[in-house]
Amino acid sequence: MDVQVWTYILVGITFALYIGIAIWSRAGSTSEFYIAEGAVNPLTNGMATAADWMSAASFLSMAGLISFMGYDGTVYLMGWTGGYVLLALLLAPYLRKFGKFTVPDFIGDRYYSNTARTVAVICALIVSFTYVAGQMRGVGLVFSKFLEVDIFWGVIIGMAIVFFYAVLGGMKGITYTQVAQYCVLIFAFMVPAFFISMQLTGSPIPQIGFGSTVTDGSGMYLLDKLDQLHKELGFAEYTSGTKSMQDVFFITVALMVGTAGLPHVIVRFFTVPKVKDARISVGYALIFIAILYTTAPAIAVFARTNLIETVSEQPYEEMPPWFSTWEETALLNWVDKNEDGIINYAPGAAIVGAPDIIRDGLDIRRGANNQVMISNEVTANNNELYVDRDIMVLANPEIAGLPAWVAALVAAGGLAAALSTAAGLLLVISTSVSHDLIKKQFNKDISDKAELRYARIAAAVAVVVAGYFGINPPGFVAQVVAIAFGLAAASFFPAIILGIFYKKMNKQGALAGMIAGLIFTLAYIIYFKIAFPELNIPENWWFGISPEGIGTFGMLINLIVALSVKSFYPDPPEDVQEMVEGIRYPK
Amino acid sequence: MTQEKDLKGYWKKNLQYLSILLSIWFTVSYGFGILLAPWLNNFKMGGFKLGFWFAQQGSIYVFVVLIFIYVYLMNRLDMKFGVNEEDA
Repeated sequence: MDVQVWTYILVGITFALYIGIAIWSRAGSTSEFYIAEGAVNPLTNGMATAADWMSAASFLSMAGLISFMGYDGTVYLMGWTGGYVLLALLLAPYLRKFGKFTVPDFIGDRYYSNTARTVAVICALIVSFTYVAGQMRGVGLVFSKFLEVDIFWGVIIGMAIVFFYAVLGGMKGITYTQVAQYCVLIFAFMVPAFFISMQLTGSPIPQIGFGSTVTDGSGMYLLDKLDQLHKELGFAEYTSGTKSMQDVFFITVALMVGTAGLPHVIVRFFTVPKVKDARISVGYALIFIAILYTTAPAIAVFARTNLIETVSEQPYEEMPPWFSTWEETALLNWVDKNEDGIINYAPGAAIVGAPDIIRDGLDIRRGANNQVMISNEVTANNNELYVDRDIMVLANPEIAGLPAWVAALVAAGGLAAALSTAAGLLLVISTSVSHDLIKKQFNKDISDKAELRYARIAAAVAVVVAGYFGINPPGFVAQVVAIAFGLAAASFFPAIILGIFYKKMNKQGALAGMIAGLIFTLAYIIYFKIAFPELNIPENWWFGISPEGIGTFGMLINLIVALSVKSFYPDPPEDVQEMVEGIRYPK
Repeated sequence: MTQEKDLKGYWKKNLQYLSILLSIWFTVSYGFGILLAPWLNNFKMGGFKLGFWFAQQGSIYVFVVLIFIYVYLMNRLDMKFGVNEEDA
């Protein structure tokens, strides 16, 4: 059977499973819809959190990105795991004790202010929408690459599935589908990794394999070999990277703190019964996440080595079949600059922009060596190879010559990762609207049933909006991750931490801090990423900090502004101070 | 009230645990993984340069361990100060 048949079978089975779970776990009250009645087992919650957290980006793009960034990929590996320590130690247990439904709930009650609540709702909506659009895009991509379905229909199918279990089941439905999705995605991620590690190094465990010697008889360590290959081709050493130390530092802080401040992650810890469950649940979540995150850098090294060894300085005519398959999808391209028929791989971009394939009618135009011809402007350097980062995970099984079902598994895993994250985000959007806006601000006497109806309507609208952005992604979709994390770091994180650990923090201070952090971070990112992308080079950055890392700066501004403004206004009322006391003790 | 005093003691102890665990968290990730990485790369563990290993593997393992140490310490502390939820 070929990859496509396998993909239909595996995707069909997993989708049927998700729908089955959704019907079984239908929500009947707002408490079930928002937090699954706060009755989720901590281990189950840990697994669901892992699926919630690991998105299409973690599954499909991260290993590929690291593969091209080498040491610099550390920012993602540490940044997207280290935040869980902050979550376990500084946030989850206290927010669980607080025991409401959402993050804006906490901000609004703690700072006794509906303005603060509204600011928190706006932040939650911006963060969640930017994030969810990327997930829908991921769903569309998997469908189009593996099933040859149009991106449009791919997104529609993905929307229909998420609609079904998020709108019907709410948090309860999402939790149990996420558990299933975690199992699918981790299996799909690990199987190719085991195989490839075995092939390259003889060790089945990728975490050990990429620090072992290669099996070609040279007795060389894999990483030394890769460093040497990089040196020969003129790339920076793989294990050292090219980013400046302060930029790596700032990006890592922004991603860690952003992780701990993302509402769809925080809200998962409202779903367990007790404070001690919330603590251990974060630990379980990080174990499940770490399985993928410690494997990803190994895959990155394997894929990088395989790629260089297969293509570099080799005649185009001897390329394996996958080369032309991916050429035709415009994710891979070779421009024969010196017309020698040999693929020269070197640093720098081979062409300007992404490949634009020339067609004569329906046929792809072919060059002298039968390569796919493109109309892009060619750059002046020696590099002749264009490789899309995403290809490293998608094509990895084929590059390593693994059986068809393994490649199909990657498709099912990518869908699981994208759908599970999308569902968690949609829930945040829907509760922000039905609970924090409608129930808390416009109509306080609303019945539970009516609130639940609004929650479902909001979820449905959010699915449609997310789908729209998935089909028509704004040009800056790749940049939005910086926005989501930057905003979470600069707005939520400091406000929540001060709220728990600084009893005398008042609403004026917190509000001023949140707004200052938010505006500063947004302005910096928009300036460099959207308004003037041509200025986005290290020489122009403040203190050498890239827009990805600026959230760290925003967080500091938030803290400084909050603490200074605070001193001009009275302490918070007695009952609020008592509430803060209360959340510090489990009982 | 003795109850009041106990809770203050509990919170103080909690903050003490937090500062110790977070110092380790910072040292391993930002220290070994970033600031000291170039120097640690002079040493090797199997095929890994040490700084690189901390950045892409070791720090993540340490994060997991830190959370479980915290869980253990806090559960013990809850018992000692009688604020554990089982007693409810």
